[in-house]
Amino acid sequence: MMSLFVQVLISGLAIGAIYALIATGFSLLSQGSQTVNFAQGDFVVVPAFVMLAANSYGLPIWASFIVALVVAALVLGVLFKRLMVDPILPHGAMQLSIATMALSIVLQNGMLNAGGAQAFPFPGINGGLHFGNIFIDWQSVSILLAAVVAVTALNLFMGRTRIGRAIQASAQGPQVARLLGINVARMVLITFVLNAALVTLAALLVSPIYLVKFDNGIGIGLAAFSAAIIGGFNQVRGAVVGGLLLGVVQNFAATFGPTQYRDAVPMLLLIIFILFRPQGLLGRAEERRV
Amino acid sequence: MNQPHRVLPLALVLLLVAGLAGSVLKPYPIYLISLWAVYTISAIGLNLTLGFAGQISLAQASFVGFGAYATALLLPHGVPFGFTLVIGAAISFILGVLLGFPALRVQGHYLAFVTLALATIAFLVFRNESWLTHGTAGIDKIARPIPFTSDVAYMWLCLAALAVVTLGVWWLLRSPWGRAFLALRENPVRAASLGVDVRTYTLLAFAIGAGLGGVSGALFAPLGQYIEPSEFALPLSFSLLLMVVVGGSGSFLGPFLGAMVSVALPEVLRSFQDYYLLIYGVIVILLLVFSPDGIVGIIARGVARLRPTDAPVEPKP
Repeated sequence: MMSLFVQVLISGLAIGAIYALIATGFSLLSQGSQTVNFAQGDFVVVPAFVMLAANSYGLPIWASFIVALVVAALVLGVLFKRLMVDPILPHGAMQLSIATMALSIVLQNGMLNAGGAQAFPFPGINGGLHFGNIFIDWQSVSILLAAVVAVTALNLFMGRTRIGRAIQASAQGPQVARLLGINVARMVLITFVLNAALVTLAALLVSPIYLVKFDNGIGIGLAAFSAAIIGGFNQVRGAVVGGLLLGVVQNFAATFGPTQYRDAVPMLLLIIFILFRPQGLLGRAEERRV
Repeated sequence: MNQPHRVLPLALVLLLVAGLAGSVLKPYPIYLISLWAVYTISAIGLNLTLGFAGQISLAQASFVGFGAYATALLLPHGVPFGFTLVIGAAISFILGVLLGFPALRVQGHYLAFVTLALATIAFLVFRNESWLTHGTAGIDKIARPIPFTSDVAYMWLCLAALAVVTLGVWWLLRSPWGRAFLALRENPVRAASLGVDVRTYTLLAFAIGAGLGGVSGALFAPLGQYIEPSEFALPLSFSLLLMVVVGGSGSFLGPFLGAMVSVALPEVLRSFQDYYLLIYGVIVILLLVFSPDGIVGIIARGVARLRPTDAPVEPKP
């Protein structure tokens, strides 16, 4: 029983760490440019397909990852901002949210037509370590390590570098930031590229577990939205806490609860949080203002 | 285009033409016209939430589902169709109030996420609780209310229901309540400063919209005489949202046109079946970039261009 508990905890933390990466990108976009990206889940599946394609042409997985990073930065970062966010955001944040829903439909059907409906296997890491009767798999350990490194690097970048602080300033007060000589438009663009990098890393980590399928983005997106809200929508740090909490709760519920309601767990947590603590675990309350 | 009293006759004439055309057509177009009427009712409801209160609801498909299941499950027990329709609408309205109340306490996209959660959970309940809903096998042989058993007669019932809903919403928008809705659409901050209780009216708009979803579901179940859970999953919610946006959110005629596009486009693009949703998605994005007020906005600009005026006429958003 104890060994099962530890295993479920560790694999829950691993999947939660991936949610945390995706939710962090989601919060970055909504903080940095009022973009509530309903296609965030599909943004994870796109680089996964790119990696598979590059891999099938004979590139090793690390090189495929770099190819996917470049493609994601261009398409999900720069082009997404230039072609969709920049023209639609002036019409309203709600219009932009709906456009990202349409984008989600476009991406899913594009991947369905290009790749097919089957789930493609993705290379991962096999094996693990035995501590008595507790088994710890390398896959989960490497996911946790990669996520910790990525989140730490992101925090150092945001807090300790000039560009990182300029990004934060642009998100908190674009007008003041502009007065201080910060190129706000460029900082917002960097935010979009950061999000593209985060989802590509998440794609590399999640694909060996969930495989690569055109509609995986639905479930991944739901988990990322919940993680962002549970942690605190207006706090990028909150996404990490929310992601880990959600991953663990979901994994325990899946192991010990009814399987046909597995997808309902993040949603129930989400409703409970919006009912009782809408600002999330780490967020500050944002009352309706006029 | 945005003033309900000016376009009401247009909407009613549209219904009559659709009905007369349907009466001489083959069964499939008759089905499409009935489906258009049913979707339009749901889209009118969602337009109250999206167009007037400025909130995204992703649970409209679930509200349609509550209406459809209430009708399909109660009809065999001898409950008359009118009652099942009211019960479906009431369930949706009450759930709308219960969920909207906490979600609208705070600013931002919370209603979108709460309704996204509801849509996911409602679908799982429809699918998993087979003792009640027959699960993925679905419910078949749903009876149509007498005397509307033929395809044409049932189409007229759907169109009549749409006419009643149209008149109801027209009346609502003219009433003091509706004035508040319109004020909310134009400028929420100014509405609040003039004494409109923004939160209550937003909640009301959402709950009434949910109730109309229930009405549309009650009509949907006997139309195809078969329902199953996946019909009321997230894709229908997305599709209904896109109908409102394509037609022109916040405009009275928008839902009629948006639902028409949504029903007709798959037929027009039949030869591109695999790419239909892809093309539809791209069209919606282009529309949001170039005409955020939808088809109604395009028409309004066209009309304004034809009409000679001293000053350039700008359509209201």
